[in-house]
Amino acid sequence: MKSFKAVGGALFDSLRDLLPIILVIGFFQFAVLQQPIPNFGEIAVGILFVVIGLTLFVQGLNMGLFPIGESMAYAFASKGNIFWLLCFAFALGFGTTIAEPALIAVADEAANVAANGGMIASDERALESYAQGLRYTVAISVGIAIVIGVFRIVMGWPIQYLIVIGYLGVVIMTIFAPKEIIGIAYDSGGVTTSTITVPLVTALGVGLASSIEGRNPMTDGFGLIAFASLTPMIFVMGYGMLV
Amino acid sequence: MNHILIDLCYAILDTVWDVLPIALIIFGFQFIILRKPIPNLKKIVTGFLLVLLGLGFFLEGLQAALFPLGKLMAYQLTNPEFIAGEHAGRILQWWDYHWVYLFAFAIGFSTTIAEPSLLAVAIKANQVSAGAIHTWGLRIAVAIGVAIGIALGVYRIISGTPLYWYIISGYVFVLIQTMFAPRMIIALAYDSGGVTTSTVTVPLVAALGLGLAGTVPGRNPLLDGFGLIAFASLFPIMSVLAYAQLSAWSNRRSQKSST
Repeated sequence: MKSFKAVGGALFDSLRDLLPIILVIGFFQFAVLQQPIPNFGEIAVGILFVVIGLTLFVQGLNMGLFPIGESMAYAFASKGNIFWLLCFAFALGFGTTIAEPALIAVADEAANVAANGGMIASDERALESYAQGLRYTVAISVGIAIVIGVFRIVMGWPIQYLIVIGYLGVVIMTIFAPKEIIGIAYDSGGVTTSTITVPLVTALGVGLASSIEGRNPMTDGFGLIAFASLTPMIFVMGYGMLV
Repeated sequence: MNHILIDLCYAILDTVWDVLPIALIIFGFQFIILRKPIPNLKKIVTGFLLVLLGLGFFLEGLQAALFPLGKLMAYQLTNPEFIAGEHAGRILQWWDYHWVYLFAFAIGFSTTIAEPSLLAVAIKANQVSAGAIHTWGLRIAVAIGVAIGIALGVYRIISGTPLYWYIISGYVFVLIQTMFAPRMIIALAYDSGGVTTSTVTVPLVAALGLGLAGTVPGRNPLLDGFGLIAFASLFPIMSVLAYAQLSAWSNRRSQKSST
């Protein structure tokens, strides 16, 4: 009975998270566009799926992703080998980004822009190799970002200095990068961090900051995602200049 | 009905494919480098399976229900015939797009509230700060930031001003706020820029940007359709910093009045 209530409560929470979207779409459909909702049954099933999915995800988060991220952080900290820790950080950043579907979509779009602007030939092989090169560029830049972020936590540097350097990098690259690439480069910062990466990386950062003496999990533990959304902008503009 | 179930299986398989490299890296390092048994291995594997299943359901539900309708809506609202209304034939000014701004604001806010990665970070921040940061406070602050960001990004596409003006002024603003914000929020605020834009927000916002750039005269969808995600990742940093400053300020005030 008790677990039944817990499941009901969790489902209710997910429904509440989803409610704003339903209201917004409903309002614009009925009041602004003044059209009926097409295939209502399918949409109801879809909403049910979203609610179930969100509920399962939050359960899994607390059971799987958070504990494994933290326990690995503790294990690396107690082993005291910073080289392997940084290798792990790079592998995690690179490995989670290279397969990211949003990134694949953006890379293909970028190849079209480049071909349109006459930067590369517009045959299929040139497009594909451009998109692939871009994906590797972004994945490497996220790997480097997590390495820098983890190193910062270990050293205890304040995050704002590194972010200022990153912002300056973005501004300087913007001056020199071809105009066509800027919009994609700026967007690529936002699309790299997926739903599975974020909880893992956050747990890793917080776990490291709480197991290293003198670090505060609040001020030092967060910030890894911030680097992962900054470096791709710089690297993608660099890629646009070189290719 | 049947094809939804088949699509669901595909969505779950896709998620497995996305999670595979992550699982390989984690278990590879665990067994080869750390060489320690994982505590509560069974529970963690169950957790991973729940995440897989959950994301599969979540993505398939979005594909079946919200994305088609939301994308169609983005194209309909940006359609010149709808915007011109009774003033057909007149040259459109930026304020004629008022429904588009409202839609951009509302869709930015509501998709951010449903974003699973933001929920994850909010839960963690609540645990780490021992309850000082409220899950809902953070989520609403981020959602307001995304909403303002996307509405402003839409204005940029309509007015045709360069993207980097906005982004660079945003950076300057963030740096000024950083000097005055409470120290404990800074890293979290910077993070909240990156977590807001994933599964739910990106497809809808991208459709809005491409729809607008395709219909506003003089815009090229390949060049001007981008940039909304950049707005959606920059503005939450400001709104979270502002949220922290406001709550610090009201704390100080209530302390003053009680003494």
